[in-house]
Amino acid sequence: MPRADFQVVVGLEVHAQLLTRAKLFSSASTDFGQAPNTQTTPVCLGMPGALPVLNEKVVELAIRTGLALGCTVNQRSEWSRKHYFYPDSPKAYQITQWDFPICEWGEVSFEVDGRLKRARLRRIHIEEDAGKSVHDAADGLTLIDLNRAGTPLLELVSEPDLRSADEAIEYLKALREILVAIGVNDGNLEEGSFRCDANVSVMRHGSTTLGTRCELKNLNSFRFIKQAIEIEAERHVELIERGGVVEQQTRLFDPDRGETRAMRSKEDAHDYRYFPEPDLPPLLVSAETIEAVRRSLPELPRAKRQRYVEQLKLPPYDAQVLTADARLARLFDACVLQFPDAKKVSNWFQGELSRLLNSSGRGADQVKFTPAQFGALLRAVDDGTISNSTAKDVFAQVFETGKDPLAIVAEQGLAQSTDLGELERVVDEVLAANQKNVLGYRGGNLKLLGFFVGQVMKAMKGKGNPNPKTVNELLVKKLG
Amino acid sequence: MKLTVEQVRHVANLARLELSAAEEGRFVERLQAVVDAVDALSKIDTTGVPPMTAPVHGAPTTRADEPGGMLTTDEALANAPQKVGTSFAIPRVIE
Repeated sequence: MPRADFQVVVGLEVHAQLLTRAKLFSSASTDFGQAPNTQTTPVCLGMPGALPVLNEKVVELAIRTGLALGCTVNQRSEWSRKHYFYPDSPKAYQITQWDFPICEWGEVSFEVDGRLKRARLRRIHIEEDAGKSVHDAADGLTLIDLNRAGTPLLELVSEPDLRSADEAIEYLKALREILVAIGVNDGNLEEGSFRCDANVSVMRHGSTTLGTRCELKNLNSFRFIKQAIEIEAERHVELIERGGVVEQQTRLFDPDRGETRAMRSKEDAHDYRYFPEPDLPPLLVSAETIEAVRRSLPELPRAKRQRYVEQLKLPPYDAQVLTADARLARLFDACVLQFPDAKKVSNWFQGELSRLLNSSGRGADQVKFTPAQFGALLRAVDDGTISNSTAKDVFAQVFETGKDPLAIVAEQGLAQSTDLGELERVVDEVLAANQKNVLGYRGGNLKLLGFFVGQVMKAMKGKGNPNPKTVNELLVKKLG
Repeated sequence: MKLTVEQVRHVANLARLELSAAEEGRFVERLQAVVDAVDALSKIDTTGVPPMTAPVHGAPTTRADEPGGMLTTDEALANAPQKVGTSFAIPRVIE
């Protein structure tokens, strides 16, 4: 029976590192990339008698996440100990949430082939990260760095609602986009601040019974996740076809060999010997706190895209580009308030602004100009004070210095000439000096208009900057 | 509930303990006493009593998100049986 007779089923567990400055239960810094064991307190080291004290920011970020994903936020949740022995976990247990997580039952919407799909989120809970083991640095030794031990994580667990590797990827991208937009996570897969394990199984089409699943680890890029899911599903189908049985396992994806292999047989939950954490009281959250967090939530990327298309009448492409970076979208919103022609603002954002951001390496939250200055610049183009190409030069200076665009225009004499008397005199001179071409134009060679515009602009040099449109109009009138 | 020697071995393995045959026998007895005590508690009728999952209630102490008060690496590594640079060093744990 071929592969086509089987349906892939995927559920995802995402570990997202929360953007706090200090750790979950200690005051140690969460700074990434510091020398080993420089970011620790007795709590991080699991010293006897050291007691965990909850970082209140973590709770706020967890509530924020739950609300953004449509979850119920539980006003009472509890901490548990999950026991396992591994050298990068100095307490020999992890503080996590087990029976009563802080958030439950939300959903993630995403698009696959232009169709909107949803996957249910079963739970979101808070837990602490482990330290880092380095196996290759010293001969016969494993080196332990506890800087990361105790860093706050959210684990977001989906239901097995995903039906292909592509759906899994789109789910992850949508989830990551939301977490970044609401400021709880930096979305960095490579540095491991957004990590994913995939539970993969297969079942025959039409079946309602899920197959035995395997959990895939070591998936640190979207490309690997897609590959790993497809390879694993293939393995299950082949196994079943040969009359074999899929064993529940944790498997490691090896991108070099393009295969998954068994890591260890999966411990049953009771092997972790969960029990309520005696050092921490239950986590209580008031309805007022939840409401306050709800009010502080920004507009989510999908809603924003919809608003850009429906209310601002932007093409979907523009909406996609502008919302891909939450900082860019925030700046865009502020600029549209100053200059309501959204399409023009969007063109400037995709053209000049992205060029300048790229070449300066700055983020859209680090620009020196104000939205009001940006609006003033675009108005100056609109009312003919400066040409579009002058505006680009002015904008580059505004971007560099934060100086007022109108002041730059005034100081550098960039305003287009409005002295029509002078312009008319120059036009007459140019026409008088080029009688042959005047006859040619009047004889039907309309292309000569460009020649006259060029001559007029040249003659006007140093006498102000005439608006080419005005020059055109005047010439057509005189030549007609 | 009657404990078996297999269960004791399983729990010892989870805790990364190596027990001799004599120790296994001793721990079957000792752990049986603990399990019996819990069994005795289980006989009490707790219908309608909410489970007490924490001994402390009320005063939820939290901290602000402010880093500080960290150990020096010398302090952090003071108990390390072996170190390399500022890392704890242990016998290699994977093949």
